Amino acid sequence: MSQEKSNEIILAANHLVKTYTQAAGRFGLGSNQIKALDDVSITLKEGSTLAVVGESGSGKSTLARCLLQLHPFDSGEVLFEGVDLAKLDKNALRVKRQHLQMVFQDPFASLNPRMKVGEIVGEGLLIHGLGSAAEQKDKTLQMLVKVGLQADDAQKYPHQFSGGQRQRIGIARALVLQPKVVVCDEPVSALDVSVQAQILLLLKQLQAEMNLSYIFISHDLRVVRHIADEIVVMNAGKIVESGSIEAVYSAPQQPYTQQLLSSIPGRKAA
Amino acid sequence: MTDILNIDHLSVTPNNAPSRYLVKDVSFKLSAGKTTCIVGESGSGKSLTALSVMGLLSNQLQAQGSIQFQGQEITKLSSKALQSIRGAKIGMIFQEPMTSLNPVLTVGYQIGESLTAHLGLKGIALKDKIAALLTQVGIPPERANSYPDELSGGQRQRVMIAMSIACEPLLLIADEPTTALDVTVQAQILKLLDELKTRMNMAMLFITHDFGVVADIADDVIVMFRGEIVETGSRQDVLNNPKHPYTKALLACVPDVEGKKELKPIDYAWLNENPLNENPLNENQPNEKVVS
Repeated sequence: MSQEKSNEIILAANHLVKTYTQAAGRFGLGSNQIKALDDVSITLKEGSTLAVVGESGSGKSTLARCLLQLHPFDSGEVLFEGVDLAKLDKNALRVKRQHLQMVFQDPFASLNPRMKVGEIVGEGLLIHGLGSAAEQKDKTLQMLVKVGLQADDAQKYPHQFSGGQRQRIGIARALVLQPKVVVCDEPVSALDVSVQAQILLLLKQLQAEMNLSYIFISHDLRVVRHIADEIVVMNAGKIVESGSIEAVYSAPQQPYTQQLLSSIPGRKAA
Repeated sequence: MTDILNIDHLSVTPNNAPSRYLVKDVSFKLSAGKTTCIVGESGSGKSLTALSVMGLLSNQLQAQGSIQFQGQEITKLSSKALQSIRGAKIGMIFQEPMTSLNPVLTVGYQIGESLTAHLGLKGIALKDKIAALLTQVGIPPERANSYPDELSGGQRQRVMIAMSIACEPLLLIADEPTTALDVTVQAQILKLLDELKTRMNMAMLFITHDFGVVADIADDVIVMFRGEIVETGSRQDVLNNPKHPYTKALLACVPDVEGKKELKPIDYAWLNENPLNENPLNENQPNEKVVS
């Protein structure tokens, strides 16, 4: 976190609004309008990590999906390297997607159980047509080694791995395309604390090596403190506070942020 | 201080692999008014230990050793005799309140079930008691007529707590009760459990993987690793002055909110080369092996 970072903005969202219609009432006969994102704006600087924190239902995962154009949104814009992603056609968006990757929370649910790890990790290269078959294979094996797995692991299936190893596969799958921005949606929430530490260190190391920019979605303020440079706090679809990690943790301005920070278990000294 | 629960050399093994210990030679005592946290990673045997106490182990598994509740050996009890203790003198709360509650019955009815079964309450007396319990856990009594899906996650867990304390148990077993909850709700539930424990002078066995939660709620701490207890002690001793290398390594993985600590993953290769029983442990660790 102390290393020099450019101030170039690589990803920005301006005034995003997303409304869901939810069935309500005992038999779903009524309906409610839920504002999942209510005028949300963020900026991500190149090579840095922006944490999006909030409780369930705060809109943080919706934001992640809207940033990657996986969900349509009602209004607002997402700019990647200055280009409005919503204005691109399907093919142009697909080309951009190579540089916008995602790491998911549950590494088991997000890996196809019938595909070998080598196929899972190499699939992106195949889809984007990057290099010859031999080059794709080389890149895949190199990536597996880079995330702390072995080249032999390419021949195995996801169920043969532990949770932490599966998350390494998920990371390899995202990074093999040499992306610029990686959206990590609760990447360590399902992991034991010892494995969590490994994955956090791996993400930091890869960020430095590959000059990655991370959007790090999390509900865990202790984890966020260790990985992020900047933070936005969301509640009920709105950003309630944002700033550098040091500033927000040492002097939270908003009552909601103060409440979140004071609710972290283990704050009163043992 | 009286011992509510006394576990002596408890081991759990699969029926088809009696030499594979899922829980190995676990001994500890719980006393009234104290919260004991079992902390460990997945697969450390912490939940199996709790299930053994409740007699709820899968029939694929068998437990050996002694579990005494108020001086009575409960491992040998018939399932009927056990039922009169479970839910009455021993209360239980689980991680995911939605899967533990019946979606087609009102929460009031579900709280009432154990009151009728164990205490024989009916009619107005039953209604009054349900209302009192809901109030005690911070839910307006009129919510007795609500169904589980009409409540938030935190409220559902409060309903589970109301059910578990309905018959004023001597021992409350809570298996990761706040793991599925948001951090602000978690703080409320931990406070509620701590208040109830003190007011009702219960012994509480609290299973968690989160050292932050341990720091908030525990009086005593038991650290488990691969089915064995590696360290026991007061909260202060275990958190501030851990003795066992595994406890030290586990604590070094926990991110702190100040962000000052350098995270250090556990060196499992080192732990594998240095078997636990060759490491100096504190004196509470039972050294003799199970003979059964």
